[in-house]
Amino acid sequence: MTTTSVSKGCFVFKPSAKKKKKTLSLEDHFTNGCEGADNSEIRFKLCQDLWHKIRADTEVLQDELNRKILDSLLDFTRKCSSTRQHSDWASQMRASEIPTAALVLGVNVPDHDMTFQSLSELLQQSVTPHVASVQAKECGALKHLMKRVLERLMDTVVTVDDEEEEETEQTSTQLHKSVHCSLSTLCDWYNAKTMKSKTGTPGKKRSSPVRDDPQQPPVVIIFKDLEAFNPKVLQDFILICSRYVERLPLMFIFGIATSPSTIQHMLPHSVSSLLCIELFQSLSCTQHLATVIDKLILTPQFPFKLNGKVMQVLMSIFLYHDFSVRNFIKGVQLALLEHFHSQPLSVLCCKKKEALLNVMQLSHHDLESIRHLLSFRRYVEKQEPQEQLNLFRDDTHLKEVCQKLIKDLRKYHKNYYPVLRCLHTLTSSLPRYPLGKQVRELHLICLEKNVWENEDYQTAMKLLKMLAKDELIASLQRCVEILQPVKSKKMKKALVELEELLAKFKQLDTVAAETLPCVEDCITSPVKNLQKKTDLFQLQKTLLEMNESRRAKKLSPFEVLRNEALEFIDGLVKSHLSPPESQTLNEVCYYSSSATVRRHLNATPRTSIQAALSSPYYYLQNESLKTEDGTVSNAAPDICIAYKLHLECGRLINLYDWLEAYATVVSAAEGNNPDSDNVRKVEEVKHARFIQAVSELEFLGFIKSTKQKTDHVARLTWGGC
Amino acid sequence: MVVVVLGAPGTILRSVWYEEERLLRVAQQMPCREVQAGMLLSLMGQPQQYSYPSIFIYGHRASGKSHVMHVLLKELELPHATVSCVECVSVALLFEQVLLSFFGCDAASLLPRSPSLSDFVRIYRQQCSQSPAKQTRYIVMEKAELLRDTDANLLPALLRLQELVEDNVTIILLSEIVWDKFRPNTGCFEPLLLHFPDYSKGELQQILSQDRHPSYTAEFYSSYINILLGVFYSVCRDLRELRHLAALNFSKFCEPLAEGKVKETDTHKLWRNIEPHLKKAMQTVYLREVSSLQWEQMQQMEEKESGALRGLSAHTHVELPYYSKFLLIAAYLASYNPARTDKRFFLKHHGKIKKTNFLKKNEKTSNHLLGPKPFPLDRLLAIFYSVVDNRVAPTASIFSQISSLVTLQLLTQVSHDDQLDAPKYKCAVSMDFICAISRTVNFDIVKYLYDFL
Repeated sequence: MTTTSVSKGCFVFKPSAKKKKKTLSLEDHFTNGCEGADNSEIRFKLCQDLWHKIRADTEVLQDELNRKILDSLLDFTRKCSSTRQHSDWASQMRASEIPTAALVLGVNVPDHDMTFQSLSELLQQSVTPHVASVQAKECGALKHLMKRVLERLMDTVVTVDDEEEEETEQTSTQLHKSVHCSLSTLCDWYNAKTMKSKTGTPGKKRSSPVRDDPQQPPVVIIFKDLEAFNPKVLQDFILICSRYVERLPLMFIFGIATSPSTIQHMLPHSVSSLLCIELFQSLSCTQHLATVIDKLILTPQFPFKLNGKVMQVLMSIFLYHDFSVRNFIKGVQLALLEHFHSQPLSVLCCKKKEALLNVMQLSHHDLESIRHLLSFRRYVEKQEPQEQLNLFRDDTHLKEVCQKLIKDLRKYHKNYYPVLRCLHTLTSSLPRYPLGKQVRELHLICLEKNVWENEDYQTAMKLLKMLAKDELIASLQRCVEILQPVKSKKMKKALVELEELLAKFKQLDTVAAETLPCVEDCITSPVKNLQKKTDLFQLQKTLLEMNESRRAKKLSPFEVLRNEALEFIDGLVKSHLSPPESQTLNEVCYYSSSATVRRHLNATPRTSIQAALSSPYYYLQNESLKTEDGTVSNAAPDICIAYKLHLECGRLINLYDWLEAYATVVSAAEGNNPDSDNVRKVEEVKHARFIQAVSELEFLGFIKSTKQKTDHVARLTWGGC
Repeated sequence: MVVVVLGAPGTILRSVWYEEERLLRVAQQMPCREVQAGMLLSLMGQPQQYSYPSIFIYGHRASGKSHVMHVLLKELELPHATVSCVECVSVALLFEQVLLSFFGCDAASLLPRSPSLSDFVRIYRQQCSQSPAKQTRYIVMEKAELLRDTDANLLPALLRLQELVEDNVTIILLSEIVWDKFRPNTGCFEPLLLHFPDYSKGELQQILSQDRHPSYTAEFYSSYINILLGVFYSVCRDLRELRHLAALNFSKFCEPLAEGKVKETDTHKLWRNIEPHLKKAMQTVYLREVSSLQWEQMQQMEEKESGALRGLSAHTHVELPYYSKFLLIAAYLASYNPARTDKRFFLKHHGKIKKTNFLKKNEKTSNHLLGPKPFPLDRLLAIFYSVVDNRVAPTASIFSQISSLVTLQLLTQVSHDDQLDAPKYKCAVSMDFICAISRTVNFDIVKYLYDFL
């Protein structure tokens, strides 16, 4: 570009309007590079709809979970603002403390935003319009904290009330002059505000105590991340606020991630004595996740499913790394997007009616890909030869079969989840939890392989066979409750059977009274015999007999019934809890690429750098770089060659040897004979290229300069050749 | 010429320039501070006379410094400006408040953006030439110790402000710290020092008895205060706190009276009733383990139920992700073990090295007494990988967990934020905490600590 200016300098060239790239819509991004592009639009729409539904549901869920703690918090604010207005002797004598709610939220910091969002919304709706929330990173110094608080408080009002724009504009211009950034400004503003809202007392003096007025909404300041605040700043701010608490009904909410004792670590007694701290403990994040999984994953409501490995990856990220429910849902979103993007048959992953319709609209190409599905081929093998031929030749027939299969898959899901829950209620109270404490663990087991072949399942069943009557009845009762709302035919049938069993258990009480004496008779009779015999051999014999008879003893009616019940449960498990991989067309609904999810969510920067350096073809996609594993083509970028050579060295690398080796490789690439004399001398260009490569390696942290030996550098990574 | 007659405590202040009645009112409002008030009055001299340029008053918290100044200046209607130094986040606010209360908003608005001291002096002179002081103007600065952290020229300039602005103005500095800690090393004008001693037990009794409950007799309340001081005087002499505690516990004290079990005069029975209660208050509400609101609710509840309420420090359990726990454990080991000993703990074939063999002189003292030592990131990760039981890929989230441990203040970053290369950390958790954490992951941390070898 040229300028008309004669002087040297930097010039800004704004891109001309027509050159501006057309911003691609989400859909364009989706279709771009998508597998099987012809139905990508439908898939995009399905994906979007599903995601919106999932998001809406999780938000509702989150609100419900937070409701309890938020309600108690709201009560606290109301109570505080009302006690402030008492004027009896005790409250006059009491030091005026600032009411403070310590909200313990757990270490899953990414989730807090949502909680605070809904908290401040709720506060604004029902208690006070004056809510300001501040974060530590924007309040390095007291000045900034003060400024943020004032801005937030006064600005929120600007957006709420349009009539007062003039006045607030004034204050905002004042605010720009940070000179006025003091709490007394806020006091004046607050008084003006409350004065205006109640008509008829314009003559009231500013300094008149606030507590006379029942209509004084508190001013709430939320400190989102207390731990990250500079203690000095916080202390000073509290000291200042306490000077104004008579005039301004202030209130604090501390968001605490670790434990409430941090307050005492951060604030000395002289400051904490100015606060009236009440503790609120929120739900733990594991419970939170359990509910989310319960409502989001373990339900036939959403057609999209995760397979065992993907679940495992998401769970381990949650448990091992961040405890963040939000990130978990983000992971589900990624899987959802990837599924619809990469699987052309995901067009069938939707509501029943739509899916059936979409089956009819499948193209020949799509049908071919169905024929190639692993699960479908397994299905075909089981059919008659004539049917097999039909399935491979006749598209319309295949479509009909597909409709049937889709219906079957839906039925499978409808039965799977209730039975899973039943099994979990039975096993979750067993000692040492053979099938896991949480339903998600059981789900993972079931996703992997046939659960009834699992050893833990056998032990669980054995333990169940020893269950006492009242416990068994209670668990079965809970199973009934689980099965009750389920609408599928099979589950209804199961429910009826289960209820019959329960009824039998209850009848047992009455029957037992009659049968009991007879049982006692059987046991006592040999004992009576025992007393008669005194011979040692006879005694031994009778004892053995007694033992035998006890072992082969007729089972009590309860035991018979218990076995019957457990066999029934076992039957349910065997018929409904088979892993999804065994279902035909499971690829439509199940996302299975755990590696993709792992790569995206749990990035490994060092591994990717090493991969790039050792096999540049992987990233550059240049045919000439393609080599057998372990070697680097001599046409690779300089840094790759240098990296490869440095792997062959020990802890200390002689720079000159390295340079020689490098020069040899590069000149071989240029087609020179490495032995000829003129190559022996290293060219300046090659020297420069080598130095650049070395400094790049240093920047990436593979080597560093060392003082141990001259002309050497130290290796910082281990392994290699 | 003696202008002020100082009497024994309790007598009335005397000064020739103010009406008797006013002085009486002043004296009533500040019990047990007559001596200091009298001293101040004599320092102030006649209203129109120049006073001493700067006075420095120090005394512990709640020893009546601000109160005495406030009452004196207000009741005697002297022109004054009261500024709290905590509130002045910038000097501009300080200047503005002074100008505002002496000359009105117009003068304050003359200050430029981010004014300097000379701006302030210029505007002050300009204004006081228009309205010269008829009486001494007083500038009271509360929490003056914070002035030390501001610009170096501010404190010396304020001390001789009278000279600078050529006006009848006196600066009164109030502080909890003695003057010796203020004196800048460049030297400055020495203010007059005035000490406010702590209230004695008798004085506290006298002051606290004044705010009696309207529906009870003065003697009854006074006996209550006597009991209260008996319990609390040894731990707390802060008048404000004591008054707060008195208000919180008075209803409990009156309980047997309201039930008709005891007469007002039966002090012993009342004492037996209230004493355990006050002792409990000392452990809970005084330390702010329990908020005053909760304390009041607890009083209304039955004895048994109130036991369920736990204080703030009772909640120390922190739930952490699995790898965060190990990172924290690794950080703790790195902080409390000497780097030389890592080989012994984390290498498989370290050979038999006895502790005595590698004891150095300075390491004989327990590392736990010396506190955590800083360690580089590399060492933390090396220990982490050998401590954690399965193979962990060095993913980005491992690194982000380290920084989130820093924001949670379980680790502290020792090097500056800007230093990207080899940052250094310290572990900031206690032994008990780390033991609890390692118990949850079945890791016997004591076996890996050099101090407990």
